[in-house]
Amino acid sequence: MSAASDVAADAGAAQAMTPVLSLRGVSKRFGAVSALTDIELDVHAGEVVALVGDNGAGKSTLVKILSGVHQPTAGTIRFAGQDVTVADPAAALALGIATVFQDLALCENLDVVGNVFLGRELSPFALDEVGMELRTWTLLRQLSARIPSVRVPIASLSGGQRQTVAIARSLLLEPRLILLDEPTAALGVAQTAEVLDLIERLRERGLAVIVISHNMEDVRAVADRIVVLRLGRNNGVFYPDATNAELVTAITGASENAVSRRRARHMDAAGTEGAGA
Amino acid sequence: MKAAELIDRTDERLHRSDSPVDTIRLFLDRIRSGELGSLPVIVGLVLICGVFEGLNSVFLSSGNLVNLLYDSSTIGVISLGIVGILMVGEIDLSVGSVSGFSSALVGVLWVNMGWPVWAAIAAAIACGAVIGLVYAFLFNRFSMPSFVSTLSGLLAILGLQLYILGDTGSINLPYGSRLVTFGQSAFVPPPIAYAAAVLAGLALFATELRTARRRRGADLSSRSVRSIAGRALLLGAVLAALVFYLDRDAGVPWMLCLFIALVLLLNYTLTRTRWGRAMTAVGGNREAARRAGINVARAYTSAFVMCSVLASIGGILASARLASASQQAGTGDVNLDAIAAAVIGGTSLFGGRGSAYSALLGIVVIQAISNGLTLLDLSSSLRYMITGSVLAIAVIVDSLTRRSRLSHGRA
Repeated sequence: MSAASDVAADAGAAQAMTPVLSLRGVSKRFGAVSALTDIELDVHAGEVVALVGDNGAGKSTLVKILSGVHQPTAGTIRFAGQDVTVADPAAALALGIATVFQDLALCENLDVVGNVFLGRELSPFALDEVGMELRTWTLLRQLSARIPSVRVPIASLSGGQRQTVAIARSLLLEPRLILLDEPTAALGVAQTAEVLDLIERLRERGLAVIVISHNMEDVRAVADRIVVLRLGRNNGVFYPDATNAELVTAITGASENAVSRRRARHMDAAGTEGAGA
Repeated sequence: MKAAELIDRTDERLHRSDSPVDTIRLFLDRIRSGELGSLPVIVGLVLICGVFEGLNSVFLSSGNLVNLLYDSSTIGVISLGIVGILMVGEIDLSVGSVSGFSSALVGVLWVNMGWPVWAAIAAAIACGAVIGLVYAFLFNRFSMPSFVSTLSGLLAILGLQLYILGDTGSINLPYGSRLVTFGQSAFVPPPIAYAAAVLAGLALFATELRTARRRRGADLSSRSVRSIAGRALLLGAVLAALVFYLDRDAGVPWMLCLFIALVLLLNYTLTRTRWGRAMTAVGGNREAARRAGINVARAYTSAFVMCSVLASIGGILASARLASASQQAGTGDVNLDAIAAAVIGGTSLFGGRGSAYSALLGIVVIQAISNGLTLLDLSSSLRYMITGSVLAIAVIVDSLTRRSRLSHGRA
């Protein structure tokens, strides 16, 4: 344990720079299929990392590993400087990893308060509706969210508002890392902008954020770093100033792009040197 | 306190409901978008009462109302269980058989085998719980649709009922015993009944006032003291009037009080406990509930067990009412009435929407129809047809309001 911290210190990472989450050599096999091979990923507090890749690149598998749905076949997960195993979704939540899945998983027949506190209601035998409503307003205010009333059923909210409710719910347990799976996939222009604002607010609050998206524009608008997966492997790390062509090339592998590969390899090496040893 | 300072009234898109005109407009909006609540049932009940009273003036007499409410209590208890199982989006078609089997079991254990009556009742209720556990096991373990498992249960348990009753076919429960008295002639003494009416008003006033104080303390919008007092007064007055009217005949049956107590208990657990929230969530979106950490299998189990237990209790009450446990108990329209009552009262067949009060309202409607038709001396063939049509109308209303809620975004 102490040896590991020494190594981390050798890497020159100040305490503040210790990544909230760092994956080393994470692999996942389903039978004969390698869904993920040797994935390396670092996410720091107050940083938005976008995870992009084509269909079947392994993004969803990676999210499922982090949220405790799947267990990795090999590799280590370090969370807040500790080696951890994420045995099930409850363990992920207990660690401080919250996941907002693509389909949001909200109950349309319950109101906003009911959904935010679903499964974690205050005082189980005489629900504290006032306390829950207050806390819900606090969470929504932290996100500067504009939801007219928390006593309306989810069914009456727009897509962007539902996404807001799902994110507010994930904040209830005060996580340190939040995973957003395709948060803008089903949204219109204005609602997408709303959700991107939300993501920036999460970053301002010092959370580590992983965003999975297909939309290059959204990704470049909000991400601090863009991690590309291709066929289950790391295929480069980019910054928002990367051109669309560079990103698309890395995602699809359509043409051999040695420059981006080389650059990506350098970046990975810089990030992993020491800890990977 | 100005409305603008309240936490939940800051959004300018919100429609205020400060003035009476606004309140009425909001109410109409809700109705148009399919948020009907218990309005159609109450309108239907008034219509039904008007028609039957016009055809036969005995219908609204004190004596007939006492009878009607007494009869409502037995199937009403069964219907409460149906509300619970419909909340999670499943169904139990065997409640009639379970109720008949329970009454037969009480008859056999108590009258034929000489068990103490309480032990026979406890055994029957325990059997109901076991039946519910079996359905839950079949559902959770083998994903057997409740429609099929309870349909086969309907037959199997009816067989069991016939088997334990044997050749005699029918067991008479002793008159004068406490169970039969409870089922036929136990009425609340008027002073207690009036006191209960007043207490109900006071209790409503106290709880709502407490909630309003807490909300005001937390800068949330709250009901005004005047409106709370008005509602409490209305409730107390309506109950007192009902007591007065029933007391002109035999009075308020204790069995009705038991039924209403169960309704209030289920209403509290459904709306104010984590268990009730879990049931609603499972009925609304099972996968979302599972991901929120709710033990979905346990929610289903509790619904199935509660439904079968309430069916047994209803069966025992019915046998007390008839002073007999027979092969006919629980057959015929008990199943249909219990399920129809829940749906007519406003509990959705699609899961996730409903309330304990729907069993109370629905069973009164069903009993009013059947009682009125009996008073008119109509044949049972016509009664079946009319009850069937009412159920069909109730389900159509349920489907239409659901569609309307979806299109108005209130599902």
